[in-house]
Amino acid sequence: MATPQTISPNLGDRLRGFQRSAGNIAAGGGLWAAIIGFTVWAAFAERDALTVGIVLGAILALGAVGLTLIFGVLKFAHFAHGDSMMLSAFIAWLLLNGIIVGERAGSETTLLPVTINDLPGADSAIWEFSFGYGLIVAMLLTAVLTAGMMVGIDRVVYRRLRRRKSGIVIFAIASLGLAFVMRSVILIFWGPTPRLYTPGIRNRIDLPFDVSVLADQLFILAAAFVVTGIVYVMLFRTKLGKAMRAMADNPDLALISGIDTDRIITWTWAVAGCLIAVAGVLLALQAHLDSELGFALLLPLFAAAIVGGLGNPQGALVGGFVVGITQEVAVTFDFLSPGYKFSVAFAILILILLVRPRGLFGERS
Amino acid sequence: MTKTQAAPLLEVKDVVAGYASEVDILHGVSITVHGGEMVAIIGPNGAGKSTLLRAIFGLLAARRGQIKLKGQDVTNHAPNELVLRGLSYVPQVDNVFPSLSILENLEMGAFIREEGLAERLEYVLSLFPDLAGRRGEKAGKLSGGQRQMLALGRALMLDPNVLLLDEPSASLSPKMVDMIFDRIKMINAEGTGILLVEQNAREALSVCHRGYVLAMGENRLEGEAKSLLDNEEVGKLYMGT
Repeated sequence: MATPQTISPNLGDRLRGFQRSAGNIAAGGGLWAAIIGFTVWAAFAERDALTVGIVLGAILALGAVGLTLIFGVLKFAHFAHGDSMMLSAFIAWLLLNGIIVGERAGSETTLLPVTINDLPGADSAIWEFSFGYGLIVAMLLTAVLTAGMMVGIDRVVYRRLRRRKSGIVIFAIASLGLAFVMRSVILIFWGPTPRLYTPGIRNRIDLPFDVSVLADQLFILAAAFVVTGIVYVMLFRTKLGKAMRAMADNPDLALISGIDTDRIITWTWAVAGCLIAVAGVLLALQAHLDSELGFALLLPLFAAAIVGGLGNPQGALVGGFVVGITQEVAVTFDFLSPGYKFSVAFAILILILLVRPRGLFGERS
Repeated sequence: MTKTQAAPLLEVKDVVAGYASEVDILHGVSITVHGGEMVAIIGPNGAGKSTLLRAIFGLLAARRGQIKLKGQDVTNHAPNELVLRGLSYVPQVDNVFPSLSILENLEMGAFIREEGLAERLEYVLSLFPDLAGRRGEKAGKLSGGQRQMLALGRALMLDPNVLLLDEPSASLSPKMVDMIFDRIKMINAEGTGILLVEQNAREALSVCHRGYVLAMGENRLEGEAKSLLDNEEVGKLYMGT
């Protein structure tokens, strides 16, 4: 075989590359400066709100990574994401307590003969947390169940739409319909009354730099970081994860390369299902179990995914923190009532769509 | 080189295909590619050259006709199955994963390969030294010519028997075109059969063994590449002579 010659890009290609990089820096630089500046200011002026924002950001990041994975691989907006999170949180509650509401308001029926809380010491609080190891077991079991549920929904609903070559609007509407179904399931089995995994006072922990957090929030942060780390390793170090990213990039080329795209779609739903379950349980631990909370969370989740660049998992991670922190810190201003928290996410969403539609990490198409 | 005596590696017989229902683009096209042969398909815009490659690779349903690979009927088989049987395809555009690194792009080309990945990777990178030094860089940052090389490299990762190339010289500078054709000749010299669709008829026929001229979705002419190069009708219609 003759030795191949090397080539270098011509001047035009180099100039175009330089122009592209310069444009990216100019457009993105302002946003990055604003994000960093706001966070540094909050670290000095609104430390408590910043702490809560980081905790909420971690939950949003988990949800947004799942959302962006689904968007990347399947190319549609999964409007059932928030309600799937809340349904998962209730499934964990069922596994813990085995209880659903009865036919009449106020009455309760035990559905499961054996529950996780029946295990010895499962509901005894660990360290300063408000919960025992039972909740962690319930979260892991729920992750498996939700992964199976999402794969099942794909087989019954989305795969049929794919085979009919339906447009993205049909997929989005179908997911919206499923969101209503999930919320109705929650209302039928657990009613509209908000619930807690563990009632009672939550312990507060004092950290250096005059930071005070709930012990449960430390668990939320740690769990979110561990799960995110696992997903990162899966996406960037395993063959399956690389195939998911390849499909997100160019599904036709993935097919041409011999990748079994149906199998990758199944795995995407399974991974997204695990993320949904963990995010749902952590959300319910931070706030409470509420049939309406999932849908309300949809806007911040989409804002987080879009801030990072739809389809980009690292972007969704950063986007989650940006939205979480901004939401919590912004409502400390006198002119903004806490009731407008979700409108902050909406404002971020519009700002990003106007200034940098491809998000902080999105590639120019 | 003439290999008409041996059984063809790829045989396309009277294939009819099209995108919209009841509107055919290909009206019974037939071609053959033998082992180690490089075959060009030339013709004007809209002749159905790229459509033929898509039909062979299972990306477009063949309504009639038959496609055989190594003697086996593979008509309308799924692309991932054809890849397993030794067929690879490089589309004209969108032929790399832009947000994946060069190395990851090549790994995706070998997604179904169980063994010998490292050796194959070294072989492909030795064929394209420009990519070897930049294997961690994102494919989206590559120039047009380098992208085309990466696309070729990705398709070679499974050591295919037949490689389908759709206009590999499109939108490239003359220097890059020479480089790309140089690499294609090297790949063919290693024994890979190549079916090359090209607008650049003169360049394609100068490197190929045989050629087919398509027009309006039908076989118009076929023969040794040199005889097609010298053919007055081909010269007038497609090479501006």
